[in-house]
Amino acid sequence: MSEIKIKIENLYKIFGSRPREYTDIVRDGVDKDELLSKYNHVLGLDNISLDINEHSIQVVMGLSGSGKSTLIRHINRLIEPTEGTVTVDGEDITKLNKMDLLEFRRNKTGMVFQRFALFPHQNILDNVQFGLSIKNLDKSDSIERAMYWIEKVGLTGFENKFPNQLSGGMQQRVGLARALATDPDILLMDEAFSALDPLIRTDMQDQLLDLQKNLNKTIMFITHDLDEALKLGDRIAILNGGKLVQDGNAEEILLKPADQYVANFVKDVNRIKVLKIKTILDQGGERANSNPTVNVNDSIENCLPAILESQSGLNVIDEKNNFVGSVSKNKIIDILQKSKD
Amino acid sequence: MNFTEFFISFPEMSKESLRLFKKSLDGAYRNFSREYGDAIEAVFDPVLYFLVWFEKILQNSPWPAVIIVFLLLIYYGSRSVALTISSLIAFLLIGYFGMWDDTMSTVSIIGVCTLMSIGLGIPIGILMSGSDRARAAITPILDIMQTMPSFVYLIPVVMLLGIGKIPGLLAVIIYAIPPIIRLTDLGIREVNKEVLEAADAFGANRTQKLFRVQLPLALPTIFAGINQTIMMALAMVVIASMIGVKGLGQPVLKAITNQYFTMGLLNGLAIVALAIIFDRVSQSFGKRMQQYRAGANE
Repeated sequence: MSEIKIKIENLYKIFGSRPREYTDIVRDGVDKDELLSKYNHVLGLDNISLDINEHSIQVVMGLSGSGKSTLIRHINRLIEPTEGTVTVDGEDITKLNKMDLLEFRRNKTGMVFQRFALFPHQNILDNVQFGLSIKNLDKSDSIERAMYWIEKVGLTGFENKFPNQLSGGMQQRVGLARALATDPDILLMDEAFSALDPLIRTDMQDQLLDLQKNLNKTIMFITHDLDEALKLGDRIAILNGGKLVQDGNAEEILLKPADQYVANFVKDVNRIKVLKIKTILDQGGERANSNPTVNVNDSIENCLPAILESQSGLNVIDEKNNFVGSVSKNKIIDILQKSKD
Repeated sequence: MNFTEFFISFPEMSKESLRLFKKSLDGAYRNFSREYGDAIEAVFDPVLYFLVWFEKILQNSPWPAVIIVFLLLIYYGSRSVALTISSLIAFLLIGYFGMWDDTMSTVSIIGVCTLMSIGLGIPIGILMSGSDRARAAITPILDIMQTMPSFVYLIPVVMLLGIGKIPGLLAVIIYAIPPIIRLTDLGIREVNKEVLEAADAFGANRTQKLFRVQLPLALPTIFAGINQTIMMALAMVVIASMIGVKGLGQPVLKAITNQYFTMGLLNGLAIVALAIIFDRVSQSFGKRMQQYRAGANE
């Protein structure tokens, strides 16, 4: 198990003129609607506790108004919590003073915004350099680093353009490069790809996964798009009305939805495309030489041709080609039938 | 007291107390200006020296040199050949009709007023943009400065500092500074909240946010304020001439009192020419600063 990078504990956020007075009644079970209609305060986050592992992509998903954008802003304290703690690398960032908070934001976190939020008066190079220039780094060094990231996101040749001369997808690449240029441990992505059209979005998702292979950042990714969540997330947390209703990996969310809300969320998902062989694997046993062999990380959908050929099931191997177990034909037929309902 | 009379004639303060009220206020201010007038005047001495020095340079340099420098500045600001040539014609006509020295006086006082308005107005505007309290306190003062008839505040200024360049300068600044303060405040407040949040997220402190994000993005609006400030300063030229400011206002004043139609018209047209040149140059300069909005290559 990898280390916990970000630990959110009992986090409450209430918006309004006297938020602290209402934490107790929220703890006693007053929900978002009631708090608004009776007390004229908005419940942003309701007792959120969440551990985020180092080097993983934690997706936070929910409909608009579920508090996901509020939650991500607590990681770098763009929003002050009403109650609770956020611990990063063992340090409670809700206790940081002003100077330390600035240092924390400069060095530990990078953020990518839904509507890009690039600096319109600066060219691409200066935009990507922004975080570095805030730290007053050596000019030529920071130009070099900015150019490296501009190249990484595939925008070489555009460094002297202004943001509004670029398409949406290109602008968000600038946003990504800007966030990565300071080499932060934590990348906060607030609906980073939601404003892009579907093809570009898929492209950016692939690019992010590609970068993440080498970077190994801890990424918190906000989205309202379940397909995006399943594609990117090592773990997926689902918020509803400021409450965390479920946190788990793609399989857990799909196969064991915690409540009706999550179930509704996932009901239209193509399960066999998302679920991997490893989730239905029967570990151990003997290798059956008459059966075809598949990898643990293949999706069930990708294994369908092999299943058709097989006698009784599939042999499953891991990344190092070691035999780890098998999947019976009946189990797969079972799942195919279930995903039809 | 008669009940109906109360409603018909306003129950005013007695003549005697009103007289006393005026007398004591006048007396207090007179004492204040006797006591501190010289000291306050001394504060403005550096400004006076600068103003006189600037005026002397404009008036004593060879006129072709002055015109060439002006034209270069106009071209640099506007990048417009047409405006530069029109300005050349305007300057030549002004000189030909014998208004060169007065025009230079006016240019110098407008220049100094504008510089001082920028120097004072932008920091005040920044202060207002950063604090709703400051804004609530300063806005009514600006309203008073813009609506109070200028003659009213000329009285205390003249009582305090006498007649001359400095009181004129103050009168012009009081009248002309509000737009630049208001538009600096507005420009900074209008900066996109998401962009500011991004600056916060990267750990920018207040100063960094101000100088790297807020002011650059507010600059086109601030420049609209500078433009208005210049225009309002020019509008004050005639009134300022009543308290001894030299320039194109004085012949206009003379023309009013003596009914010299042509003299008034010529000097009036010279003021108009200056106004148009200042306006066009500052506007196109302001526009070029927001080129990134149009997506032009630079």
